[in-house]
Amino acid sequence: MTDMTLIQGVNRALHQAMKADPDVLCLGEDIGVNGGVFRATEGLQKEFGEARVLDTPLNESGIVGMAVGMALYGLKPVAEIQFLDFIYPAFDQIVSELAKFRYRSGGQFPAHVVLRTPYGGGIRGGLYHSQSTEQLFASTPGLKVVIPSTPADAKGLLLTAIFDEDPVLFLEPKRIYRTATGEVPDGDHRVPFGKARVVREGSDVSVFAYGAMVPLAFQACQVLEKTGIHAELLDLRSLVPLDVEAVVRSVEKTGRAVIVHEAPKFCGFGAELAAILAEKALYSLKAPIVRVTGYDTPFPYSLENLYLPSVDRIGRAIQRTVAAG
Amino acid sequence: MGQMEGPSLPDTELLKVLRTMSLGRAVDERCMNLQRQGRLGFYVPMEGQEGAQIGCGWALEKGDWICPAYREMGVALTRGIPLSTILDQLFGNSADLSKGRQMPNHYGWRDHRFVSASSPIGTQIIHAVGLAYASRYKGEKVISVPFFGDGATSSTDFHSGMNFAGVYKAPVVFFCQNNQWAISLPREKQTKSTTLAMKANAYGFPGVQVDGNDFHAVYSAVKDARTRAIRGEGPTLIEAVTYRMGPHSTSDDPRRYRSSQELATWKARDPIERLKEELVTRGALTEADFDKMQEEVRAEVAQAVQQAEKVGPPEPRTLFEDVWARPIPQLQEEIQEFEELLKEGVIRP
Repeated sequence: MTDMTLIQGVNRALHQAMKADPDVLCLGEDIGVNGGVFRATEGLQKEFGEARVLDTPLNESGIVGMAVGMALYGLKPVAEIQFLDFIYPAFDQIVSELAKFRYRSGGQFPAHVVLRTPYGGGIRGGLYHSQSTEQLFASTPGLKVVIPSTPADAKGLLLTAIFDEDPVLFLEPKRIYRTATGEVPDGDHRVPFGKARVVREGSDVSVFAYGAMVPLAFQACQVLEKTGIHAELLDLRSLVPLDVEAVVRSVEKTGRAVIVHEAPKFCGFGAELAAILAEKALYSLKAPIVRVTGYDTPFPYSLENLYLPSVDRIGRAIQRTVAAG
Repeated sequence: MGQMEGPSLPDTELLKVLRTMSLGRAVDERCMNLQRQGRLGFYVPMEGQEGAQIGCGWALEKGDWICPAYREMGVALTRGIPLSTILDQLFGNSADLSKGRQMPNHYGWRDHRFVSASSPIGTQIIHAVGLAYASRYKGEKVISVPFFGDGATSSTDFHSGMNFAGVYKAPVVFFCQNNQWAISLPREKQTKSTTLAMKANAYGFPGVQVDGNDFHAVYSAVKDARTRAIRGEGPTLIEAVTYRMGPHSTSDDPRRYRSSQELATWKARDPIERLKEELVTRGALTEADFDKMQEEVRAEVAQAVQQAEKVGPPEPRTLFEDVWARPIPQLQEEIQEFEELLKEGVIRP
C-alpha cells in the first residue's frame, strides 16, 4: 500500500500496464516530454521511449483514429484527450468507428482502445475545460464508461480498462486529481467494472454519485448524520456497465433516492437511474426521486460555484426527500 | 501522369488481371439488376474504376492492410476473397462473416486483413496510419493502404491521416481514386487544389498522379510507393485519375448532375477495354477469347448469386452478439425479453 493522489493512481496504472505488457502504448497531446498538462503521464516517455509514448499532433480525431488503427492490429493503446471538452472532433471516430467495429464486423475486428480524459468543473475552467457529458457516451452501445473517485479506484479501474476487451472511456475527475488522496495497493491492483462502491451505509435514503460529486455527497451525508438522517452513499464507479442490482437493492432498503451529477439535468445519466428505479423499484419508493445536477445551461465561468451541485444543495435535497414521505 | 514504357507483368498474368477486372464488372452489372428487381437491398458499383482498384490490389502483398471505403469490391477480388464470400456480405445472409450487420458493400474480412468498412467518409484513412504504426512496432514488413475518393480529401480524417503518417513516417500508401464525382459534387468544386496529389506536399511526402484507368501505371506507382514505405522512407499519396461510370449507389440518378457526353468521353477510356485492346494488339488474346472470358465470369457470378440467395438470414439471437465482448447486464435483460417476444410470437424471424 502506498499513499497517493488520484492522478498518481492514474500514473501508477499506466506505468504498471506498460511494464507488464509491451503492447500497451500511450498517445496524446503533450503527454511525452511534458508528461501531460496535468502530469498524468509523467515519466512514462523517459522510461518507455518515444515509440511507446507518442506526443501527437493537435488533432483529437487523429488521436482516436490512430488508436483505433493500433487496436485493430491488436495493440492496447491508451489515448489521452486533454480535456473531455475537446473530444468532439473525435466524436465520429468514437461513436461511428470505435464503438461499432466489433459489431459491424461480426466480431472479426474488435477495437479495444482506452480513452482517458479529465472531465468536470470546479477548477475555473469555464465553458471548455469543465463539462461533464458522460451521457453522450453512456448511450452509445459498444462503449464502456468508467469514472473513479479515489486513488485506489483510479489505479484499479484503469488497469481493468487497459486489459479489458472493449473500448473504455475513462473519465478522470480533474477537480479532485490532487485533493482525493488515499492508500493504493501496490502491483497489479484491479477493480472490476459494474460494481458500485458503498461509500457509507444508511437506512433512510440512497444517494447515488460518481466522480468529483462523491466527496461532496459524502460530506453532505456526514452533516446530515448529525441531524439523525442515515443516508446511504453509492459511488457508481462505472456507468456502463452499471451495477443495476446495487442501485435497486439500495432503494429497496431505503425507499428514497437522490441522484447527484455535474452534467445538466435533462437527459443526463440521472434520468437513466430514475427510469431504472421507476421500472424496478417503484413500489419501494416512499418519496419522489430527486436529482441534484448542473443546470441546463452551458458551463459558466464566474458563476461556476452556483452552477455545480454543492454540499449544501445536496444536503437540502436529501433532507427534503426524507421529509417528503 | 505516370506512364509505363511497356507491360508491367507477363501476359499470362495480365490475362488474370483482365479476368479479375471482368469479374468485377460482371458482379456490378448483376448486382445493379438484382437491386432493381428488389432482390438486393442496395448496391454501390465500382464500374469504371477496375483499373485503379485491381491495379493497386495487384501490387500489394498478402500481409498488407486494406482500409477500404465502401466501393472496394475490385480490391477484394485481388485479395483472394472468394466471390461467394463477397455475395454473402451483399445479401447479408447467415454465411456473411459480418453476420448481416451492414448494408451491402461494407465488407470486412479479418483473415485477409481487409478492414471492416463504414459509411462515414474518410474515417478509415487514419486507421491505416495506426495499423501501419502497429505493424512496424511489431516488426512486420508490411504497409497499410487506405482507399478513398476525391470527396474524402475534404474530410477531417484525410487531414489527420496524412498529417500523422507524415509525422510518424508511417508505412502507408494513401490510395485516392479520383473518380470525378462525390455523389453530385464534381471534382473542381471539391477543392481548388490543381491536383489531389499535390496535397501531399503540405504533409512533407510525395504525391503522384497516375492514369487510374491504366492498370500498368497504377500497378507500378503502387509498387514503387510500397517499396519506399517498406524501406522506411515514409508514406506516399497516389491519386488515381479515373471515373465512376455508374451512379454513386442504387439510390442515385447521375443524370441529374452530369452530362451524357461526359460519360461517353470516359466510357471511351474504359480500363477493361484498354487492357483488352493491348493484349489483342500483342496477340496474347483474341476477341473470341475475350467474349468467352466474359461469358465465363457472368456464369460464375450467376452461380454464386444463386447460392448466396439460398442462404437464409442470420439467426435472430445474433442481433445481440458482438456489441461488447460479452453482453453486459443491461443487454442480458434485453436478450431475455427478446427471447420472450420470440416465444410468444410477438416478433417473428
